[in-house]
Amino acid sequence: MSKKTLFDKVWDSHVVSSIDDGPQILYIDKHLIHEVTSPQAFNELEDRGIPVFRPEQILATADHNTPTLNQDQPIKDALSRNQLEQLSKNCKKNNITLYELGHKYNGIVHVMAPELGVTQPGLTMVCGDSHTSTHGAFGAIAFGVGTSQVAQVFASQCLLLTKPKSLRVTVNGNLKNGVLPKDVILYIISKLGTNSGTGYFCEYAGNVFENMSMEGRMTVCNMSIEMGARGGMIAPDETTFQYVKGRKFAPQGDDFDKKVAYWKTLPTDKNALFDKEYYLDAEDIEPMITYGTNPGMGIKISETIPVDENPSFKKSLAYMNFEAGESLINKPINFVFIGSCTNSRIEDFRVAAEFIKGKKKAKNVTAWLVPGSKQVEAQIIEEGLKTVFDEAGFELRQPGCSACLAMNDDKIPQGEYCVSTSNRNFEGRQGQGSRTILASPLVAAATAVEGKIIDITKHLN
Amino acid sequence: MEKFTALKSTAIPLNIENVDTDQIIPARFLKATDKKGFGDNVFRDWRYNKDGSENSDFVLNDSKYSGSILVAGDNFGCGSSREHAAWGIVGFGFKVVVSSFFADIFKGNALNNGLLPVQVSKAFLSDLLQQIESNPQTELEVNLYNQTISVKDSDLSEGFKIDAYKKTCMINGYDDIDYLVNHKEQIEAFEAQKIY
Repeated sequence: MSKKTLFDKVWDSHVVSSIDDGPQILYIDKHLIHEVTSPQAFNELEDRGIPVFRPEQILATADHNTPTLNQDQPIKDALSRNQLEQLSKNCKKNNITLYELGHKYNGIVHVMAPELGVTQPGLTMVCGDSHTSTHGAFGAIAFGVGTSQVAQVFASQCLLLTKPKSLRVTVNGNLKNGVLPKDVILYIISKLGTNSGTGYFCEYAGNVFENMSMEGRMTVCNMSIEMGARGGMIAPDETTFQYVKGRKFAPQGDDFDKKVAYWKTLPTDKNALFDKEYYLDAEDIEPMITYGTNPGMGIKISETIPVDENPSFKKSLAYMNFEAGESLINKPINFVFIGSCTNSRIEDFRVAAEFIKGKKKAKNVTAWLVPGSKQVEAQIIEEGLKTVFDEAGFELRQPGCSACLAMNDDKIPQGEYCVSTSNRNFEGRQGQGSRTILASPLVAAATAVEGKIIDITKHLN
Repeated sequence: MEKFTALKSTAIPLNIENVDTDQIIPARFLKATDKKGFGDNVFRDWRYNKDGSENSDFVLNDSKYSGSILVAGDNFGCGSSREHAAWGIVGFGFKVVVSSFFADIFKGNALNNGLLPVQVSKAFLSDLLQQIESNPQTELEVNLYNQTISVKDSDLSEGFKIDAYKKTCMINGYDDIDYLVNHKEQIEAFEAQKIY
């Protein structure tokens, strides 16, 4: 029998049928929805008189449009309120479980689904959101889809897709002190480029990922789309099984043991072939930071901005008001955001709190800490991290996508820099004219304390 | 979905690489619950100045260019999965987008909305952009049957690829929902014997 990759095994087990010289019908196990990319899909079905086929396989949350303060009050913005009301109405009408604003399970779709045990190895999962790649951390095939495809999954629990090619990025060795999963993925994207993964599904392999927590693996897989890959995957192992075990929607008792036995068959076979492979050394990775307007424009924090004559590159630097050849160290920063589906899990806040403890936030800095879910928020309080943040002058807000995408009230003002743990530094991503610098929660916390970018490697033991 | 077979039109050159979907339609315009009106805000922050006036430097505001074909730099449509980007481009009046590389999700979204993504070689794209910029009246012909894009009255021509199934859908105006719903029995049979 031919050798198969993790991706092949999960994909092939979900093919309902194939069209000659065309796509395959792929079965989707779990469909996650939110308020922004679902209303038009519900309308489409209603217009055509098609019922939702498997409502029990859909889970909904409100996250993109939601305020991160006073969530118990009615939402002020009429359009946002309307979108959330529409989601409630659509879910009720179609018998779909919705964890709406304020619910104890509410949160960013890619934070709440894994913590509820919805995300499991070997499943296929989609959501109308490109960061659905996050769930690949469990060894699931998970990817973002457009609203037409949301409607297709509503109607049939399937999608018509051409199987992507396979790519593997292997990183072995020991990570240096202060290098976090965010630095690993920013480093990978800076080396491979923002379209290196287009047309591919990416598996991350090597001891760096084997030794990572599930939170770290989710951070890595989350940003697969930033190198163009539709999804990222990491082979399920004991770390995965232990994380899933006992969670609300996880299989229980004997069923769980049976599932684990199956999940253990999923990792890539030895000698299986990939269409493209990259090998990187963990020792080469340092804390990273971005200087431009796509996530591939990243450097080690101690490096200087490269020189490049490409007009798009120059346009990007002009937008950021940076010069080729300069260092970012000591750049004054007035905004820091720790949050988003990339870095808003408990581990991220633990890292930030550990650095912040006993220090004070710089006076010039507005620092927003936004947990990914109600459960993360509760854990921050329970572990005493909130006290650390309060004492240092940081603001812990309520869960949501927040300042990642300038869709809700949390926006960075025109011309300001924001050191952000989110995933995209596109022009205006955090607010019209705002300038985003992507970094890990550690670098973000250090920036907030110092009021400027510092070389974190010199501040660690 | 609207049918697409062939198109003759002048084109608008957007000579920028890595145009992401946040530029095509910024998130603050994603609050609608229908598909209408996105054309008004497509490329919003490039088209308009902060005070709401038109940015005369942006190519969509340049009166010498017109047409229903957008010719854009490499890696067009990267970033977010928002289909609003495709709705915006269609809403503005484009029927074809040409680039040397498209992001996956955008490409799928375009095809699901009757917007034809035409992927050409880097060399052809460069020639095409140059030709349009030096003569804005340049007429292009896109033929989906033959899978070709050519510049009228010149030797400039190239073939492009499209999945045979998607080609049939575009030509006939079919979409995937019809196809999938017609296969419900097969899908139910699959569910009954799932191995995982």
